[in-house]
Amino acid sequence: MSVEIKAVEIKPLRNTFTNVAELIGGDKPASRYQEATLGTQAQTNMHYRPTWEPEFELFDPRRSAIQMREWYDLRDPRQLYYSSWTIQRAKEQETQEANFDFVESRCLHLSLSPEVKKLAIDVLLPLRHAAWGANMNNNELCSRAYSEVLISPAIMQAMDNLGIAQYLTRLGLMLEEPEILDTAKAQWMNGAAWQPLRHLTEDSFVIRDFMEIFLVQNFVVDGLLYPLIYDRFVDDSLTSRGGSAVAMLTSFMPLWFTQSSKWVDGVLKVAAAESDENKALLSQWTSHWRDRTITALTPIATMAFGDQQEIMLNEVIEQFNARARKLGIDV
Amino acid sequence: MSKVFIIVQANEEARPIIEALVKDNLHAVVQESPAMVRIEAEGRLTLNRNTVEELTGQPFDIQQLHVNLISISGHIDEEDDYLTVAWNN
Repeated sequence: MSVEIKAVEIKPLRNTFTNVAELIGGDKPASRYQEATLGTQAQTNMHYRPTWEPEFELFDPRRSAIQMREWYDLRDPRQLYYSSWTIQRAKEQETQEANFDFVESRCLHLSLSPEVKKLAIDVLLPLRHAAWGANMNNNELCSRAYSEVLISPAIMQAMDNLGIAQYLTRLGLMLEEPEILDTAKAQWMNGAAWQPLRHLTEDSFVIRDFMEIFLVQNFVVDGLLYPLIYDRFVDDSLTSRGGSAVAMLTSFMPLWFTQSSKWVDGVLKVAAAESDENKALLSQWTSHWRDRTITALTPIATMAFGDQQEIMLNEVIEQFNARARKLGIDV
Repeated sequence: MSKVFIIVQANEEARPIIEALVKDNLHAVVQESPAMVRIEAEGRLTLNRNTVEELTGQPFDIQQLHVNLISISGHIDEEDDYLTVAWNN
């Protein structure tokens, strides 16, 4: 007797959900990112208006002056959704954990010269409050934004900012006694060099327009702060003076910045290309907040680079302007 | 000319590979079978790393193809940036 094995092909009746199919141009197999994100936010039948803002619906695109025909066009090129994001961050957390172990087991943090150690602490530790500010802004973005493609990466970005603040805390605890955190907070609250940045951060908390929050925090402030502090200060300036242990302890930050820039660039590029009005508004916001951020970063750059301050800042500004122009934003 | 093909499992990881193959090889024919997809083409088939990375937004190593590869036919030319199957004779 012979057994005949036959393959029967069963075609699925539908490849994906209607809300996804509408946004990807018809019924075809959709990626997990698309199914987790596209068309998932409620758009109709939101019976009650929020008591705190009765002029708007619960989800309302009018919370931004930016106008889009289709808000779901503002997609995240990284295509992160909850599980891909947690998997990626878990891997990075393992690497970062190994770096902390490496530095600690070989006592590299004890081999830093007193000047390098003091400089690293003075410049980096108060930044954990700035990272917390970034967390606040992305939470606000998450609660005010329209369309799941913006809301879901916003909360991931907020949690990433919190993680960065925690890495900075651990760096402080490794280099010094716990009291150093109080000293750093006192610097953030009262130190003359930090007041312009604190002022900027606190002003950004009261921005109401969600696209402006997105642009100010994730594009302008991060876009100037991260290259200045992590690329130039930690990876160049400190490392050349024997501070590579610090670079190991902050290795997540430049890596994360490169990744999150992809998201920010992807969103802004599409928003700017949508209409001339959008482009003009984004350009106006960028110029305004860029100038304020430069003013806020100048005293910190002076502390970090001494008389090299102007060269370093100009390099970073040049780089930022080039990035903005590439996205179609006039600066 | 003879045909070359790449057969991969039909799953989430292989989908961007299939899409990239279709995008970069306009002469390729896709045959879907239960649990697997056969991409067949006259002469040659190229998988480009850049195309997959654009589709997924994630870094891609050409060797990741092998995780979901079922069968392949043709002379293989594999570099960091692409994998080509073609008949050299």
